[in-house]
Amino acid sequence: MKYLPLLIANIGRKKMRSVLTVGSFAVALFLFGLLGVIHLAFNQGVEVAGVDRLIVRNKTSLIMPLPVSYKEKLKQIDGISSVTFATWFGGVYKDPKNFFPQFAIDVPTWRAMYPEFVVNDQEWKNFEQDRQGCIVGRKILDRFGWKVGDRIPIQATIYRGLWDFTIRGVYDGKREADDTTQFWFHFNYLNERTPFQKDYAGWYTVKVENPDIAPRTIQVIDGRFANSPFETTTETEKEFMAGFVKQFGNIKLIILIVGSVVMFTLLLITGSNMSLSIRERTNEIAVLKAMGFGSPLIFSLILAESVGYAVTGGIVGLLLCKLFTLGGDPTHGLLPVFVLENQTAFLGVGVSVAVGLVSGFVPAFLAMRLNIVDALRRI
Amino acid sequence: MENISNPKETLITLIDIHKNYTRGSETIDVLKGVNLSICKGDFAAFMGPSGSGKTTLLNLLGGLDVPSKGQILIENEDIARMPEKKLTDWRARHVGFIFQLYNLIPVMTAFQNVELPLLLTRLSKKERRRHVETALAIVGLADRMSHYPRQLSGGQEQRVAIARAIVTDPTFLLCDEPTGDLDRKSANEILDLLTRLVNEHEKTVLMVTHDPLAANQAKVRFHLEKGELAHFDGGAA
Ligand SMILES: Nc1ncnc2c1ncn2[C@@H]1O[C@H](COP(=O)(O)OP(=O)(O)OP(=O)(O)O)[C@@H](O)[C@H]1O
Ligand SMILES: [Mg+2]
Repeated sequence: MKYLPLLIANIGRKKMRSVLTVGSFAVALFLFGLLGVIHLAFNQGVEVAGVDRLIVRNKTSLIMPLPVSYKEKLKQIDGISSVTFATWFGGVYKDPKNFFPQFAIDVPTWRAMYPEFVVNDQEWKNFEQDRQGCIVGRKILDRFGWKVGDRIPIQATIYRGLWDFTIRGVYDGKREADDTTQFWFHFNYLNERTPFQKDYAGWYTVKVENPDIAPRTIQVIDGRFANSPFETTTETEKEFMAGFVKQFGNIKLIILIVGSVVMFTLLLITGSNMSLSIRERTNEIAVLKAMGFGSPLIFSLILAESVGYAVTGGIVGLLLCKLFTLGGDPTHGLLPVFVLENQTAFLGVGVSVAVGLVSGFVPAFLAMRLNIVDALRRI
Repeated sequence: MENISNPKETLITLIDIHKNYTRGSETIDVLKGVNLSICKGDFAAFMGPSGSGKTTLLNLLGGLDVPSKGQILIENEDIARMPEKKLTDWRARHVGFIFQLYNLIPVMTAFQNVELPLLLTRLSKKERRRHVETALAIVGLADRMSHYPRQLSGGQEQRVAIARAIVTDPTFLLCDEPTGDLDRKSANEILDLLTRLVNEHEKTVLMVTHDPLAANQAKVRFHLEKGELAHFDGGAA
């Protein structure tokens, strides 16, 4: 602690260079934060997936349906505590650009399946009583400036016609990463208006009594419907979501590559800045050593300086990133979530410290090994 | 500072000190069997042509370098055989260095520069402040504590460096051409200050200089030539 003035003096030595070094960290960590935000946006479904939920879909393809009668059959399987189902509606609100997912849901069973989505009891009751009612996520409510009671026209694409819904309630997510861009309406309403495709659900979600029995339950379910006209593929919700993300390509790999390149560049910049600044100070370091500053102390001081830049810049960058995400999603709701999670921010600080340590190591080591006599001669 | 030491008490004894450097296949003998004895409270000057090994000798005395052969006894401890870590601590306790080019840290104030060696001690912040203020008062710069080196003249910078060297109350001071970069007037001020440290504060000072006037201020004078030391008794040469 008493060495702090020495550290501060050294950091303030070449102001422009220090600002640039801190700036490099800020830019890099801003980017790191943003990559984390994007990663979360694509993976939120995976990250928030319920560990005790399984998705049952048609073995042939996700767009092929399953009979509604499976609900009762699934319920009878050992270890399954509840069952719900939904169908993808795929409608358009005014303009295809205004994309958000609409699900026709099995109203009596839906809410219990997804405790992370919170709807006010009265609003849910109103929704239950209105066959043309709908519940919308907070994020799309805000995005389109809707309010409860509004009539929302949705143009069907898979089905036919213009569908009118009345907003009966809003749901919120319990966690920041919960997707609140969904639009739910009555499966029964869809079923009535589409007689040509009556009594078919898009997919089922089942809850198992505990996550440990999930692998066995998956086998039981798929075995139960094997060799029927509607064979099933069952996965955990996490696997299902991960499969979904894969459709966009290997997002994780892209993020890893971009992130690594950024960090490597940062390492080179800071490493060369630190080396430069230590070389300029050779003489002073020799004097400190002559005075009795031991090698480990010299080593730690230089490492601390490097980490000082890293942490300052890193925190600035991550704060800017946080502010940026608070300013709202630049895609205007296309991404289900746009948040910098605390754990990503902490990871960012950790990465900064690591880069600071690595880039300061060589200069610190050289300073530690510096021969006093030689250094003092070299004035 | 407090104990009245016997002026005849020997502080430093060099016995047959050799120092050679190997450059490639060539070996240069810089010091060839130097014997020397310095008493407590001495003000010794070392003169000699450039390249004669004065700095080398001072570095050995200050524990910055180790001899190729010989003993360096300081208060009966042979520092030539101390392990590096111990030697570093020894330097912090016993030696104050003063260089020709002052070697202050430009981004720290006079106060902070003088405080540096005290950071290695167990003194509290308050005690450190008291010591720094005392040292700066001794060198006559009590009013320049918050000045940065660039805001000071060369002579003042050297006085800050002297304050830094004496702040831990070391056993002896080593000065390598302390006036080499100063004009006559500033040089005399520095020499008067060193004399005062010896006379009033009972410091032991070893100084390398090219300046005969500076050497004349010292009590004992040595001449180094081609790696061998000759003693000049009180201006006999
Ligand atoms: N690291 C080294 N490697 C090789 N030779 C060295 C080394 N250090 C010093 N020398 C040589 O040792 C000799 C004495 O050097 P030293 O610096 O002690 O002389 P000096 O008396 O202080 O000279 P000056 O008056 O110019 O300061 C010189 O010839 C120098 O070249
Ligand atoms: Mg010299």
